[in-house]
Amino acid sequence: MRIAFQKHLKKLEKDLFNMAKMVAIAVDRSITAMKERDVHEAKKIRKDDIHINNKRFDIEEQCIHLFATQQPVAGDLRELIAILSIITDLERMGDYAEGIAKVVILLADKPPVKPLIDIPRMAEIAIDMIHRSLRAYAERDVEAARQITLQDDELDELYHQIFRELVSIMIENPRTITRCTYLLWSAHNLERIGDRVTNICERIIFLVTGELVENIAKH
Amino acid sequence: MLNLFNAMTQFKPEGFSSLLSNNSTTNTHENMPMQEKQEEKQKNRMETRNLTVRYGSNVGVENVSLPIYDKEVLALIGPSGCGKTTYMRALNRMHDLTRGSSVTGEVLLDGKNIYHSDVNPVIIRRKIGMVFQKPTPFPTMSIYDNVVAGLKLVGIRNRALLDEVCEQALRQAALFDEVKDRLRSPGSSLSGGQQQRLSIARALAVDPEVLLMDEPTSSLDPQSTSRIEELIQTLKEQVTIVIVTHNMQQAARVSDRTAFFYVGKLIEAGPTSTLFTNPSKTRTEEYITGRFG
Repeated sequence: MRIAFQKHLKKLEKDLFNMAKMVAIAVDRSITAMKERDVHEAKKIRKDDIHINNKRFDIEEQCIHLFATQQPVAGDLRELIAILSIITDLERMGDYAEGIAKVVILLADKPPVKPLIDIPRMAEIAIDMIHRSLRAYAERDVEAARQITLQDDELDELYHQIFRELVSIMIENPRTITRCTYLLWSAHNLERIGDRVTNICERIIFLVTGELVENIAKH
Repeated sequence: MLNLFNAMTQFKPEGFSSLLSNNSTTNTHENMPMQEKQEEKQKNRMETRNLTVRYGSNVGVENVSLPIYDKEVLALIGPSGCGKTTYMRALNRMHDLTRGSSVTGEVLLDGKNIYHSDVNPVIIRRKIGMVFQKPTPFPTMSIYDNVVAGLKLVGIRNRALLDEVCEQALRQAALFDEVKDRLRSPGSSLSGGQQQRLSIARALAVDPEVLLMDEPTSSLDPQSTSRIEELIQTLKEQVTIVIVTHNMQQAARVSDRTAFFYVGKLIEAGPTSTLFTNPSKTRTEEYITGRFG
């Protein structure tokens, strides 16, 4: 039995969950900073993104090392491939959180165009999706992975609602165009997080079944 | 190889004619409705049906049914004592030479049972050649004589033909360029990797249809191993190859299909790429990922 290899895989999985936690926290912090118009916190979030990036490279290096030294096959091979793919998605989610933090800084000296209700709601769903997807990964739960992608539809619906609302505000008052565009940018970032979680769910299905599928809710 | 084939068929004993004949009544498989579907996918060169091998009261291989497709490389994997070598030795009647062993079930070559009483095992071993774990050059023979030993054994003396076959077999075994200037040197003067390729050349010289390789690289260094692996890729264009290996990565690299054996039983067989990425049986997964064995 390859005990050392199995230990290393467990450690890798733990690192992956830690990275996912870092990303979920970054998204949460960025939305809190937006609600509280906290520029200081937004700057910190942007600075902290480096830790997520470093974590991604650290995990990637570990995967490369295991490929080179252990020649993984079957479930082990699929897990390493899944991890490599998932860390790319997580790293991009970190960038989306950083993007929202940038919007916080850009909007800091401008009056709000509307009360923030739907964007925090989107963030709530996105964060929940991240947590649920990693739980499905840990439990190798294909059915849960499929269910999570249904939440992405909810996120898409909210985004379109925000889009329509902001467009009508811009039409009514063109002086709000810059501020509304920044808010659209934030909503779009949250919508993209949902897409990235869907990618993770596809990788969970690959990890468990060996099947590479898209639009998994429809399968 | 056409000259060689003509020369060899002149020496065929009675039993061989039944192997070459298409009129044998022993093959019920030809009338099976699934046969057409099978041929659409891939032609069977060999097949075992309910093959069981016993050593006295011990069962080495139990009830194994497995097709071996034409010009494929089939890897047999499994932990020590799982029956993979026993299974492979049954494919060319090597158990005939082991006291107390018995074989039941069928081993078909081109649809004909090689265990039929009419069949001469010597002819079978010529059609189904074997390469062993350790290189086996005849120590007192030259490189040349090692290669043509099988042909001389059946009475072929035509010098020009022997020269042609020797060169061709050595080329097939990717050894000719290294030994062409010293064909009269003893086979044992070659390096381990070269000796193994010489053994392969000797097996190829009699123009086999199937080549059985029992851990052919286990006693070789990495460079010689990779030469043999490359050679297997070239040879499969001409012969069907069955290889027993303990090296998972080797099985993954060289074979088209892989069969996993455990305690004498065939657990799973399928395309190598599927078996090593998504095996269907838990036992297979546990073995190839090193969780046991």
